[in-house]
Amino acid sequence: MEELRKEMENLKDQITAVRKTFQDSTLQEAAAGVTVVGRVQLKTRKTLRGHLAKIYAMHWGTDSTLCVSASQDGKLIVWDTITTNKVNAIPLKSSWVMTCAYAPSGNLVACGGLDNMCSIYNLKGKDGNVKVMRELAAHTGYLSCCRFLSDTEIITSSGDCTCVLWDIETGTQKMVFAGHQGDAMSLGVSPDFKFFISGACDFTAKLWDIREAECRQTFGGHESDINAIGFFPNGNAVITGSDDATCKLYDLRADQELLTYQDPSIMCGVTSLAPSKSGRLLLAGHDDFNVNIWDMLKAERVGVLAGHDNRVSCIGVSSDGMACCTGSWDSFLKIWN
Amino acid sequence: MTINTMAKGGWHRDQMSCFRMMEKVIVAMQDPDMGRDIIDWLMKKYNICEEESLHISGLLVRYGYIYPLKEPRSLVLRPDESPYRFQTPYFWTSTRWPASELDYAIYLAKKNIRKQGELMEYEKERYSVLHKRINHTWDFVVMQAREQLRASKQRRKADRIVLECQEQAYWLINRPPPGARNMLDMGLERPNNTARVTLNSEHYKNEIDTCKRALGRNRVKSSICLEGEQYQNHDPIMEGCLPSNPWISDDSAHWTMNLETVPTPTRLRVERWSFSFMELLNDEMGRREFMTYLEKEFSGENLGFWLACEDIKHGESSRIVEKVEEIYRNFLAPGAPRWVNIDSKTMDKTLSGIRHPHRFVMEDAQMHIYFLIKKDSYPRYLKSDLYKNMLAKGIVPQETKKSVFPFMRRQRHSSPSPAQVATQATEEGGNATGAGQAGTNSAAGSNV
Repeated sequence: MEELRKEMENLKDQITAVRKTFQDSTLQEAAAGVTVVGRVQLKTRKTLRGHLAKIYAMHWGTDSTLCVSASQDGKLIVWDTITTNKVNAIPLKSSWVMTCAYAPSGNLVACGGLDNMCSIYNLKGKDGNVKVMRELAAHTGYLSCCRFLSDTEIITSSGDCTCVLWDIETGTQKMVFAGHQGDAMSLGVSPDFKFFISGACDFTAKLWDIREAECRQTFGGHESDINAIGFFPNGNAVITGSDDATCKLYDLRADQELLTYQDPSIMCGVTSLAPSKSGRLLLAGHDDFNVNIWDMLKAERVGVLAGHDNRVSCIGVSSDGMACCTGSWDSFLKIWN
Repeated sequence: MTINTMAKGGWHRDQMSCFRMMEKVIVAMQDPDMGRDIIDWLMKKYNICEEESLHISGLLVRYGYIYPLKEPRSLVLRPDESPYRFQTPYFWTSTRWPASELDYAIYLAKKNIRKQGELMEYEKERYSVLHKRINHTWDFVVMQAREQLRASKQRRKADRIVLECQEQAYWLINRPPPGARNMLDMGLERPNNTARVTLNSEHYKNEIDTCKRALGRNRVKSSICLEGEQYQNHDPIMEGCLPSNPWISDDSAHWTMNLETVPTPTRLRVERWSFSFMELLNDEMGRREFMTYLEKEFSGENLGFWLACEDIKHGESSRIVEKVEEIYRNFLAPGAPRWVNIDSKTMDKTLSGIRHPHRFVMEDAQMHIYFLIKKDSYPRYLKSDLYKNMLAKGIVPQETKKSVFPFMRRQRHSSPSPAQVATQATEEGGNATGAGQAGTNSAAGSNV
């Protein structure tokens, strides 16, 4: 077995060497000619009040006005962000919820957490009541993140180190993506729905082919758990945020890290991240109650959103790019632009 | 409420990177005297503005690395002459974490013995709760308390007071009074699970396979940069949005103009169709326009086929068989009304696959047609009069004049980034022009 381990280490070193040979210029050099962004100042436009405990997750709907949030008070609330009205307030069986998701069609929402299950709720039920449509149970660890591919498929990541693609109609596992050596903490789906990425507590991010159930690429470099992950808007790069207080940008075609977003004055870990619509800006939520805004090409901090009284646990940019929503342990959601 | 029990054999998640970074800052800092000193030192060291420095120093106080001498219960950093002191590493949050019940009991016992009535209300309550809970070791607790008091009496008075302050600061963080924020709240304790990855030969073999495959993959030189510039005009956070941002003006005109189907789409939307084939296909109006164009060229069946295949891929499993049959009848069968032109190899493969229909049975044929349209019809569409007319007709909405609340008009000028502000301040005269120019460039660039 020792020989096998040595062979694996050898191959990994070879991969690192090959990656270096393809590194013929840094992003900083290439972006040197790009105009500076200047200070980005976003103001809170709306505050969504209604949760009674920490908010753990939020997700925008594709129409850019509705969003869903999950809180430890055991409720899933769908908000109309313009009027700040609550469209739905769904009571959950288990209040230890850690994630929520909005289906692209707008018909379904999902959530899950320490109950190890992903519960799917139908918002457009016949009699107007929101009921549990399915309970997807097979994970042996907590549910850390879930994202819909369509009304019939959803991908979940779990503390049992695996990610799973489910068929919602039958409630069964279609594919299991195993390979991480630590809790899978978050996932993101590519814009063309062919791939997804997962970040885990083994400090790596993996790119998976949904059809073939294979890990195509693995990216390392972080020094602590990866809490947040997302695709760059054009689908060619991946952004990760970690407990080591840095974010990293990995390019899928070059198969390596292009940039690290860090600053010695930022000490608290990243809990969540979202790129702006063009991908020029990266918004990252931290444990120190702030959101830092980075210029992605120049790796400079161009703004700070300070408005929460506790950890920022989730962040999202609406699909038309108009507004950014942050959710925090102080039980409020804020819309910024 | 947080779950603080760990599963048996559980392990504590590493939340320490944050503490380690703060410790590095503390170690680098000179002995603080007043709040003002700390702020200034941080501003200088990290080249940041006062607001940021207040934020960071606030963190240091809240996590117990610096404590205030006056008003010890108010864990806030005042940027004035209020005195602050370093916490000793013995009492650093990371050194003795989590704080144990036993130690807390001993601390409260000491306070109680030293001076009756020194315990605050909430401390008295906790003391009696602890007394009940760990009654079996209470003799030990009292003995330890007495021992520590005796040892401290032998110290110089000044040292004794310092130690008492430090100990008090430690417990204010680790057992905050009711109503105060618990800084060490780490959220849901995620239980360890038993299905951990075991490092056996099976695992290594899998890893080796993955590595071999990864080694052979195609890579692209990193000099190929992100093509973010295209979308810059379409990024509302950076460039604002016309006619007005609904969250600010409460006017949803922007969305009304950009609904799925409108009589006339906006110019920006039509422009997006030229960025990539997927942009065109993802927009319902774009698809319709493109279909109109293809019908004129008698190749509309290609798009129809692609859309039908997408429907199978993302639709209900129960209808797959029915949909596959429909596609065969309409697009693939010899003499079909909308027959698509696929090469014979792919056609054979698809036809044999249809006998056992599943969600991805049309994948190869769909890919073939997709690339056909993308390479051939799509570029011609972008050059066509149909598209150009659409672009010219596209609405560029007027920015609505906010006559009701003029003072809420958003400032679109931009001040230099925090780092640049500080550079200008410290490099007066010398290289200020460089930073200044960058500032004015950005102001020019961001005005819509």
